[in-house]
Amino acid sequence: MRDVVITGIGIVSCAGEGLDVHLAALSGTPSTNDETFAPFPVHPATTLEWDRQIPKKSDQRQMEAWQRLGCYAAGLALDSAGAKEDAELKGRMQLIVSAGGGERDYAVDGQILTGLRAAENPGVFLNERLMGDLRPTLFLAQLSNLLAGNISIVHGVTGGSRTFMGEESSGVDAIRIAKERIAAGQDDIFLVGGAYNAERPDVLLIYEMGGFLWKKPYQPVWSRTADGGGMILGSAACFLVLESREHAAARGAKPLAVLAGAVSDRSRRQPGGIEQALHGLSNRLQARPDVVISGATGVKGITDEERAALKDIAPGAAVHATGDVIGHAMEAQAPAGVALAAGLIANGKASDALVTSIGHWRGEGALRLTKA
Amino acid sequence: MALRDNQGRPLVAVTGMGAVTSLGQGKDATWTALTAGQSGIHRINRFPTESLRTTIAGTIDFIDVEPFCAPMLSERLAVLAAEEAVGQSGLASRDFPGALFIAVPPVEMEWPQRQALAEASGQTGDVTYTDLLKAAATGRFKAWHDLFIFGTVADRVADTFGTKGSPISLSTACSSGATAIQLGVEAIRRGETDAALCIGTDGSVNPESLIRFSLLSALSTQNENPEGASKPFSKNRDGFVMGEGGAALVLENAETAMARGAKILGFVLGCGEKGDNFHRTRSSPDGSPAIAAIRQALGDAGLSPDEIDYINAHGTSTPENDKMEAMSCTAVFGERMGSLPISSNKSMIGHTLTAAGAVEAVMSLLTIATGRIPPTINYQVPDPAIPLDVVPNVARDANVKYVLSNSFGFGGQNTCLVFGAEPKGA
Repeated sequence: MRDVVITGIGIVSCAGEGLDVHLAALSGTPSTNDETFAPFPVHPATTLEWDRQIPKKSDQRQMEAWQRLGCYAAGLALDSAGAKEDAELKGRMQLIVSAGGGERDYAVDGQILTGLRAAENPGVFLNERLMGDLRPTLFLAQLSNLLAGNISIVHGVTGGSRTFMGEESSGVDAIRIAKERIAAGQDDIFLVGGAYNAERPDVLLIYEMGGFLWKKPYQPVWSRTADGGGMILGSAACFLVLESREHAAARGAKPLAVLAGAVSDRSRRQPGGIEQALHGLSNRLQARPDVVISGATGVKGITDEERAALKDIAPGAAVHATGDVIGHAMEAQAPAGVALAAGLIANGKASDALVTSIGHWRGEGALRLTKA
Repeated sequence: MALRDNQGRPLVAVTGMGAVTSLGQGKDATWTALTAGQSGIHRINRFPTESLRTTIAGTIDFIDVEPFCAPMLSERLAVLAAEEAVGQSGLASRDFPGALFIAVPPVEMEWPQRQALAEASGQTGDVTYTDLLKAAATGRFKAWHDLFIFGTVADRVADTFGTKGSPISLSTACSSGATAIQLGVEAIRRGETDAALCIGTDGSVNPESLIRFSLLSALSTQNENPEGASKPFSKNRDGFVMGEGGAALVLENAETAMARGAKILGFVLGCGEKGDNFHRTRSSPDGSPAIAAIRQALGDAGLSPDEIDYINAHGTSTPENDKMEAMSCTAVFGERMGSLPISSNKSMIGHTLTAAGAVEAVMSLLTIATGRIPPTINYQVPDPAIPLDVVPNVARDANVKYVLSNSFGFGGQNTCLVFGAEPKGA
């Protein structure tokens, strides 16, 4: 099996743009917007100069916020890996994106719902309004695989592209499968990551229906459970360049860290289940972390169990919650956790990191990073 | 027979298949109708079609789910197809010894649910998302969180069949079904699992999804004669017809399949994939990504173009796809393309979108098994720009050893698979 190394990182969130500001933010308080979607706080994406990574205005216009964030972060990752200007390399670079879906036209939705109430024939009214009011290109901003499509168009990454769905798990599994394909020699180099726009009423709606959202002023992830628990969603995107150690060496790219393992599973969500699952995943990774980057959501029960498990697994390690840096970015959470871990290792602040991903509703994953 | 391919990788055998389409439940029902040249396209009865430009589709109307919505129907189609496939394989039906790779349509909450939330909010003036959020806070709609998040169909299918590990839900638009198979092949080849359950499913014909495709001018508007609307490779083709379907394949390491005495239905010999960065919905004018995907699939299978006996086309019936596909195939197969049979199942079942690659994989393997090539129906006006042997209108008997199945999708997705009765040189 070949070693898999991380040679590029691109990350954007409320903390700003790039790895350094995110490492600095590990010890700060994330910026929060309490107003726009009150009573739901969200961690808003920093203001970005889109032109710097998405040069064509026409491309920017074709995308909605989640795609722009993702495309921007993908560009940063390619820059950081020294791959941006290498067309041949990007032409054989594989892409795996973890994504949900894109945005809706909220005004149109509201008008249709208002009109449906009095419509004589609701079905026909719906047809007429959707035919008349939906922007044709909105579909392309919504389809899950069109973040990958936009990355191919904007950055020329065209080896092959796959999009994984399924909330937090999809982020872990995208990295896991990229790693396994590299380790087994099936491919040499991947761009992997995800993007999430939290500043959308429709995603708040889904998680509020399930009762998962934190509705008070910001509190750190670990302290929310004492007060009922809940997630604060964050707008963020993170992409990683993964490649075999040999491939990186041959093109003179400097590894930031080794991706030593990536495991995931689907446990029964019953009391004690998360604690047990994390011990299992950690054993499979033979984890001996001196730092933990946790993807904890702040949701009651599972967050408490994770904290208890981490006390056993990593008794002396510093534990950071990615949610306290960027918020909960769903499909992008695991890539962001890996980015933070790789950054700490590359800067000599840690030598063996464990990244956890306990999905708010299902799916458990963990990744191990070591020194390059 | 060698149980490794010419690159020393484990051979990937197919030991179970299942399908459900608008032509019927079970692969045999679909196959019988397909080879009889029957269409499953009809007028939409599921919802009112007044004011729509397209009023036809290959919906599956003989299966009911409650509440009726895309994730529920997609899950049901997946389960029906997988029950048939796993049943045929002889593997444990509730304790499947391997991973799940499932292509699912991207889901979101649908209009009946939005309406229920709007009503529950008590808002009598203009409705906004603030009102929907207020209704959501009541906790009365908790089940819809699970129903409408992206990982749920896979999770429920994984529960039903007891597959191992984290299930992969994926989308590569209209090549998703082929990508599910490709992921299974790769996992078996690298020795990660000896078995994979690969599924493509799509039950998403609802007003908004139809309108979204319609607004991109992707759909046929030849509504007068629904059965005649999907006419791949014909000069008067004018768009695809949406279809619903589900298909499942049980893939196994050939060695372990043989060791347990399983009947091998065929092999997945090669996979090819290439991204296209030309445009969000259109292909590179020179066809180079599709050409690269076909060549990669052939190379991966260790076959030369001359050894392919039949192409199961993507063949959507859009002006653009069929032209690009014909051009790409001609670039790879050369002059032989004039006589190499290529037919489109979509002429009869429509474009089953997320499921298409998996449905067409099952039909490709049945072509090999039965020596019968399903036709391209509705081929009355050949397109002189793309002279092909589309197996017009009537099925044909032929000795088919190797099949190429093409899948192309929005977002620059190109995935090609090669199936065979036996690996080369066996």
